[in-house]
Amino acid sequence: MSFWTLFAKELLRFVKVSVQTVAAPVLTALLYLVIFGQVLEGRMQVFDGVRYTSFLVPGLVMMSVLQNAFANSSSSLIQSKITGNIVFILLAPISYAEFFWAYVAASVARGLAVGAGVLAVAAGLVELRLEAPLWALAFALLGAALLGALGVLAGIISEKIDQLAAFQNFVILPLTMLSGVFYSIHSLPGFWRGVSHLNPFFYMIDGFRYGFFASSDFPPGVSLAVVAVAFGAVASVCLLLLKSGYKLRT
Amino acid sequence: MHALSGVSLAIAQGEFFGLLGPNGAGKTTLINVIAGLARADGGSVSVMGADVVADYRRARRMLGVVPQELVFDPFFTVRETLRIQSGYFGIRGNDDWIDEVMQHLDLSAKADANMRSLSGGMKRRVLIAQALVHKPPVIVLDEPTAGVDVELRQGLWQFVRRLNGDGHTIVLTTHYLEEAELHCSRIAMLKAGRVVALDSTRNLLAGFAGSRTTARVVARDGAQFTLELQGYGQLESELARLRAQGVEIADIELERPDLEQVFLQLTRS
Repeated sequence: MSFWTLFAKELLRFVKVSVQTVAAPVLTALLYLVIFGQVLEGRMQVFDGVRYTSFLVPGLVMMSVLQNAFANSSSSLIQSKITGNIVFILLAPISYAEFFWAYVAASVARGLAVGAGVLAVAAGLVELRLEAPLWALAFALLGAALLGALGVLAGIISEKIDQLAAFQNFVILPLTMLSGVFYSIHSLPGFWRGVSHLNPFFYMIDGFRYGFFASSDFPPGVSLAVVAVAFGAVASVCLLLLKSGYKLRT
Repeated sequence: MHALSGVSLAIAQGEFFGLLGPNGAGKTTLINVIAGLARADGGSVSVMGADVVADYRRARRMLGVVPQELVFDPFFTVRETLRIQSGYFGIRGNDDWIDEVMQHLDLSAKADANMRSLSGGMKRRVLIAQALVHKPPVIVLDEPTAGVDVELRQGLWQFVRRLNGDGHTIVLTTHYLEEAELHCSRIAMLKAGRVVALDSTRNLLAGFAGSRTTARVVARDGAQFTLELQGYGQLESELARLRAQGVEIADIELERPDLEQVFLQLTRS
């Protein structure tokens, strides 16, 4: 019951400001689609038989899922810490595991809501096929959970909005932008292709794209395993910090 | 440097207990340890037999804490806030009690107002309501009347006294010492993280009156004298001294000591 209430509260929080939390990121993704699609269509080599704009859409959908999942948990936590209203959760008989999963689940919900919005609008503009939807769903869920957990971690560690913004701008944004959203890593020189394999975001984007075209730069099973291991690692750190009360309980 | 040191207290069920001390004495730290917001380096705290660390779920269900800071979640209305708080404590369908609490705190008219739109006093009422949604047997009020108007204060104390009458244990910290004197049956005074006094309010006042008091003497010719006495035993000798000086005593008024004097004496020494 405590978990469900915290989860419902987090859902209600972003739904109440859905213009800002859902509609705005959908619009941003569509602007990327229109601009990059217009400029690079026919000039960028992607998968055989796949147009660039069709290739771009899953990348933009997944980028939106990941960025918004991160934004949800991180912004909610930092706001609650700064305004002090986190005390209401800390005073309640909520376990650290319930705390973690409620924030992650709400982040997944927001990530998927934004992703579904981007996909729905893009489907009206670009020809899309969805050849392995369960793979797409698995990557969307696990990717959103990983970014939701990273958001919890950033929210716990940060004490000011600008610390969180630094994490978002210098870690999350570059990793998503350089993960193959806008290109196939096969179009990169060998060195940068190797570097891309060190970016966990690449596996999420590439695996999610496999759900659409049944074709990817890396085997989807391996990519899903990489994402699962990354989620396990981040979740473990979060749970340890929450259990210790780090930067939450004095 | 310890915020609290050697604090050992047992508060009986149903008691109206006051926790007093100057700023920085450790009152809020002590409350935070009880509530699980802060972790003590050593020692233990139990709420109705439940250890606040080992058995934190049960301990927190027993506790309703009104925090000192005026904190609120700007996304929600008053009713939503109270429903969410009920849910955190595992209570569904709590609207009847929420309505009753809002009525007692004069919040009913603001039930659907967003928290942001409320005045400071109204936000304070919501904080109190949040602490009460799960009907905790122990209620901790950390400066509950700070910034609250006189009318609400009276309503609030009526409500809290009713809760105390129904068997709820009340732990109060306040800067308004007359409130502690009026409501608390027992008081602990903290200074620099240590308990410097722990007794019933009556004994604290009586002990102080026995050691130091003031008498105002009015002479027949209208002259007035203030006698600072080290206990009532000194009164007769001081009056004799005045008579020896030719003063004809018309009236004597003994000043009743209040908690503020006790507080000042204990915390200054």
